[in-house]
Amino acid sequence: MSSPADRLDIGGDYATRYGFHDPEDFFVRAPKGLSHEVVEMISRLKKEPDWMREARHKALDVFVAKPMPSWGNAEMLGEIDFAEITYYLRSTEKSETSWDEVPENVKRTFDKLGIPEAERKFLSGVTAQYESEVVYHSVKEELTKQGVIFLDMDSGLREHEEIVRAHFGTVIPAADNKFSALNTAVWSGGSFIYVPPHTEVTIPLQAYFRINAERMGQFERTLIIADEGSRVHYIEGCTAPVYSTHSLHSAVVELIARKGAHIRYTTIQNWSTNIYNLVTKRAVAYEDAVVEWVDGNIGSRLTMKYPAVILRGERAHGEVLSIAFAGPGQHQDAGAKITHLAPHTTSQITSKSISKDGGRASYRGLIKVRNGAKGCKASVQCDALLIGEAARTDTYPTMEIDEDDVRVEHEARVSKLGDEQLFYLRSRGLTEAKARLMIVNGFIEPFVKELPMEYAVELNRLIELEMEGSVG
Amino acid sequence: MTAAPTPVFTCTDVRVSVGEKEVVKGVDLTINPGEIHAIMGPNGSGKSTLVNALMAHPALRVTGALTLDGSDVSSLSTDERARRGMFLGFQYPVAVPGVTVASFLRAAVSARRGADVGVREFRKELLARMEDLDMDPGFAGRYLNDGFSGGEKKRLEILQLLMLKPRLALLDETDSGLDIDALKVVAKGINTGAGPDVGLLLVTHYQRLLGYVKPHVVHVLMDGRIVRTGGPELALELEERGYDWLAAGEHTGPAQQARTFEVPLPLAGEGTGEGRQ
Repeated sequence: MSSPADRLDIGGDYATRYGFHDPEDFFVRAPKGLSHEVVEMISRLKKEPDWMREARHKALDVFVAKPMPSWGNAEMLGEIDFAEITYYLRSTEKSETSWDEVPENVKRTFDKLGIPEAERKFLSGVTAQYESEVVYHSVKEELTKQGVIFLDMDSGLREHEEIVRAHFGTVIPAADNKFSALNTAVWSGGSFIYVPPHTEVTIPLQAYFRINAERMGQFERTLIIADEGSRVHYIEGCTAPVYSTHSLHSAVVELIARKGAHIRYTTIQNWSTNIYNLVTKRAVAYEDAVVEWVDGNIGSRLTMKYPAVILRGERAHGEVLSIAFAGPGQHQDAGAKITHLAPHTTSQITSKSISKDGGRASYRGLIKVRNGAKGCKASVQCDALLIGEAARTDTYPTMEIDEDDVRVEHEARVSKLGDEQLFYLRSRGLTEAKARLMIVNGFIEPFVKELPMEYAVELNRLIELEMEGSVG
Repeated sequence: MTAAPTPVFTCTDVRVSVGEKEVVKGVDLTINPGEIHAIMGPNGSGKSTLVNALMAHPALRVTGALTLDGSDVSSLSTDERARRGMFLGFQYPVAVPGVTVASFLRAAVSARRGADVGVREFRKELLARMEDLDMDPGFAGRYLNDGFSGGEKKRLEILQLLMLKPRLALLDETDSGLDIDALKVVAKGINTGAGPDVGLLLVTHYQRLLGYVKPHVVHVLMDGRIVRTGGPELALELEERGYDWLAAGEHTGPAQQARTFEVPLPLAGEGTGEGRQ
């Protein structure tokens, strides 16, 4: 790997070495594979400040130095060929897939979900932009009046460099894990949100309002800062299958909830089943703040994701509510991490997983209570539902409790979609398919009822398709 | 000569095996419109297995011929039988967490009627039937049998009976686990559900329920066979004398054997769906 001197050199004689005055005209797409050259190019193209460029290079060294995780699903992780991945594409160049190349099963799902034509093309990578401008503009106007900043991360860095610099990587340092290092080195897109003190954003902010390639990239980076006493709900993703020829999605999401602030972050992930989805999500909650992760994982080949909350101030509350659906060939390794640093902090983890016909779902969780964090309460509840013979579920709960004055509850339950439940429902006239669907929908109801109406409806429809086995 | 009415239900030489074991060994029944039949018998005689088999429980191997309103239903699946108008009131109703009583019942009623029932029309009917059974309206929003008391579960079974309006209702130990007030309410519901065209088959261990729901015909099932059929007075006789005299007199094999025979049917209520407390 390059030494720091090499790096400066790359930057220093960039123009002469490559001979391009306006690299944007030429470098619309980075060469395959990862190197300091690629990182340099990304940062140059984006005309980033030096500190960010430096941060990227450092992170790349960390990524290279760190071994692959040996847990989760080491075998599937081993399938990733980092040299074959394109780490940056200009958004205008992302329209490289033709509609004919989009797999039939993905098209069928669009049909059944009733996704509009323009949106389908975006979701399958045929077009780079899908913007519902009308909705977005009225929302944007309202937000501007309140002083709320809602930008893609690249614009955020350009327009609010000081805020970004003060917080970027403070919740999730590049060296946190191999994939946070990778993201820091090559990030592009994502959302940047700042909510001023005592401001309540009443409508959920959705990446969906303006889904475009920048926001839903491979290595998006999101930073949300909710200032004192403010309130915001951010929704990421959508229920439609997101088809991409890129095999790796590795995002980093950092949330900061200042004193008395309330952040809810909802994700519905339905990547096509060729994607490795390796995401780091973490929040810091100060005094009396509340952070809620509502996390749904339906798609991808392998997902490894454990939304975390660090309860730093007294009486802060953290919550993770997640569902995972693992069909044939899929492994959803999801969970939650809560760290109780301050007294009287509380947390609740509810994890629900469905493994169907050879699919595998794992819950991997950590509850940590630091010595001195008196009067904390933590509760963990894991429910797994198995459908079919070869389905598999595992639970890996870890507790590190260094304080006596705490109350920690853990409850895990595995059930099989039972013949008796089916018989009961069928004896009332429901077909077997309807009965199965009813049982599964009931199982995920505690999750679905936390979603905004349109997402809830879509998710139920999506689960229906998954249960029919017609979704690839 | 007036033609006899078509029976609501008949079954001929019904045999049921659980694994390798034959548990029901040839049962014949004819239930005419408006008739209430009771099947009584000691524990393990095959009563629950029989009614589960009539509803095509997947764990049971069943032979024999069944008709409903004159047409053959022997080869129909559980849900096809239900849509034709067969109903099984469960001894141990199964919990389905996350599914409300109202949404479940609306789906069931729509399936039975072959068309979606409108929300308002359904709601009105549901609330009226719930009132008949002294049920709180809030009940409709609770999750199906999830954390229900024994009495609540049985009431819900009867509510379903009233909403689905079956042609033939098989009620498996609907009286068990009820206090006297609940028993009266449930009995009232069963009588409402009975009607002049409907067939009813009550499975019961004790004569208790029969004080409130008057059967026309009483059968005694022992070791998988109907060993005696009589009028309502037979139930009273059983209450007084127990079953041993029938086993000794009418049936081959010692009575003890019949009484200790346990059915290895994987009954509902164990494992999967029960509420967590």
